[in-house]
Amino acid sequence: MSEALLHVADLTMRFGGLTAVDGLTFTAERGAITAVIGPNGAGKTTLFNCITGFYKPTRGLIELRHDAGESYNLARMQGHRIARVARVARTFQNIRLFPRMTALENLIVAQHNKLMRASAFTLAGLFGLPGYRAAERAAVEKARIWLDRISLTERADDEAGTLPYGAQRRLEIARAMCTDPVLLCLDEPAAGLNARESAELNRLLLDIREADGVSLLLIEHDMNVVMGISDHIVVLDYGKRIAAGTPEAVRADPNVIRAYLGEPDEPHITNGDA
Amino acid sequence: MTASVTTSRGANHVMAALKDAGLAGFVALMLALPLVGFRTVEVGTGLSLETRFDWVAYGVIAVFIGRLILNLWPRNWRIQRRKDAPHVSTETHATTMKLVAAVGIAFAILLPFLPFADRYVIDLAITVLIYIMLGWGLNIVVGLAGLLDLGYVAFYAVGAYSFALGARYWGLNFWEALPVAGALAAIVGMLLGFPVLRLRGDYLAIVTLGFGEMIRLLIINWQGLTGGPNGVTGIPRPSFFGFPFAREAEEGGPIPFHEVFGLEYSTLHRFIFLYFIILILALITNAFTMRIRRLPIGRAWEALREDEIACKSLGINPTNTKLTAFAVGAMFGGFAGAFFATRQGFISPESFNFLESAFILAIVVLGGMGSQTGIVIAAVLLTVLPEIGRDLAEFRMLLFGAAMIAIMVWRPYGLLSRRAPTIQLKGQLESGTVKEPT
Repeated sequence: MSEALLHVADLTMRFGGLTAVDGLTFTAERGAITAVIGPNGAGKTTLFNCITGFYKPTRGLIELRHDAGESYNLARMQGHRIARVARVARTFQNIRLFPRMTALENLIVAQHNKLMRASAFTLAGLFGLPGYRAAERAAVEKARIWLDRISLTERADDEAGTLPYGAQRRLEIARAMCTDPVLLCLDEPAAGLNARESAELNRLLLDIREADGVSLLLIEHDMNVVMGISDHIVVLDYGKRIAAGTPEAVRADPNVIRAYLGEPDEPHITNGDA
Repeated sequence: MTASVTTSRGANHVMAALKDAGLAGFVALMLALPLVGFRTVEVGTGLSLETRFDWVAYGVIAVFIGRLILNLWPRNWRIQRRKDAPHVSTETHATTMKLVAAVGIAFAILLPFLPFADRYVIDLAITVLIYIMLGWGLNIVVGLAGLLDLGYVAFYAVGAYSFALGARYWGLNFWEALPVAGALAAIVGMLLGFPVLRLRGDYLAIVTLGFGEMIRLLIINWQGLTGGPNGVTGIPRPSFFGFPFAREAEEGGPIPFHEVFGLEYSTLHRFIFLYFIILILALITNAFTMRIRRLPIGRAWEALREDEIACKSLGINPTNTKLTAFAVGAMFGGFAGAFFATRQGFISPESFNFLESAFILAIVVLGGMGSQTGIVIAAVLLTVLPEIGRDLAEFRMLLFGAAMIAIMVWRPYGLLSRRAPTIQLKGQLESGTVKEPT
């Protein structure tokens, strides 16, 4: 199985006259953490929205290959089918939990499709048949394991909207993981976290890669996270790939330095982590 | 120095309060002058205008003084009270709610046998129960799935007409027509829902409003089938498992209900029977909703209300999920409609206008979206209060508006806005083998 998990080829996304992603090509390897970085407005979130089906790309191919060999062209799939069939999960830059539902309920909603099948599309559930009850117990157990992993068991029955910011970020990651993804896309998971929380996040993400065998694709501005855990980095600027490689190679790349710090004769500094 | 600052601030405060009270008085004057100040009185053959400026004056003075008192009331009073309010845990809340529900159901079952239960009281109770059922049905759409539906009465109409016309053309009785009415309403709900459910928020509200009117206009204009504005008459009354509620048996027909049980004939029997039918229908609606909330589909509805984009990212098909909510809500509207038809014996498009939709929606919103008990309270208040205030019929709408504003000010999320979690880890930990980590 040498084929890459995700292969993006010549991806272009235009909004009217604005080309947010411009002929982008890159691959994300199986079992690896791939980071997408770039200055603000480089097209990172647009790329994510194309991969997860929220935008239909103007042109290009986004191919996802499962271990078993099936491949999906995500550019042509509906958003909810990408999550269900192609098994790509994501989190959002501005957290999108279900704020009035409890942390536990958030994790159980994430297992919706499995539970729908178990409840025979509600019929078995209505009559409380044993098959459904077992499935629900399994779903709770899985949610509980994830609550443990993100140290939120104590607050399982609290509304997600009342949790502290860092906990909400972790809960969103756990919720995405409860969908059993093969690829987890994280849009700025470390935004707004303090140093300790972001170190915890690093451990969680590495653990997801090791223990769960899920590949990660992440957008991040926090260089401690990016350089600390990424296996591969893709650098975007104005929708184009300007560099790709290992953290060391990217850090030394003159194009990257220019994109982040500006041309030598223009000594203004772009603030990268806003 | 400090003292002078305080006094000047105090004086400013009083001035501001006076100014604000004056403004409130002025608004009251402008509103009351045309509404209360003038009155048309029949004099002989014509109308003459009578003025009641003294009433206006009393009203304006009352508003001015009331507002002044409110303004001069110690400022932190309200905040203080909120801080002091004891925190009620979820379990205590759940137990209280269960107790309230049990008492409510017991009262509802005993109501027809209480001494004051005459025909009027039972009839009013039937009306209240119809609205409770409609409120619970609409709650699935609005409260759980978060889809603002301003045309819910369309499904009520479909239910009512499917029974009325089913009885006329195919001789269906109430019990045969009930599932048909529900199924037809659900199908209409799906048909309407399919094209419109990709819209959100205000747009969805406007389109559903339009559909509600379309169904009504269809009924008015499809004279050949529906009788148009004249409505449908002679809708059969429900019978007690085949025994009619009549004084005398029809020739060759079954013996009437009162003879079966050896009772004195009373017109009340039929009302009590209708009352229990709608009570059972409403309780079924409630049981169904409580159950489905705990199922994946119910949780998906609530998740959809919270965040549709997040739902999509979790692989939930938003269109299908919304459609089921729309169809299930419509189905209960259809059941209620069939009951309405058999209770009235006569239906016309007049009964299914937009005001009815708005009224049901008001029940759901005032009750607290998603709260089953809140809907009961709101339905009772909104139906019974106007009945009590019959002598004040002139000011009915005014009182209604005042009640709405009061709710919006003091309870912006409805009377009971607390959401009970559909599942809790606590209980699971106690019953299961899982140990709580320390």
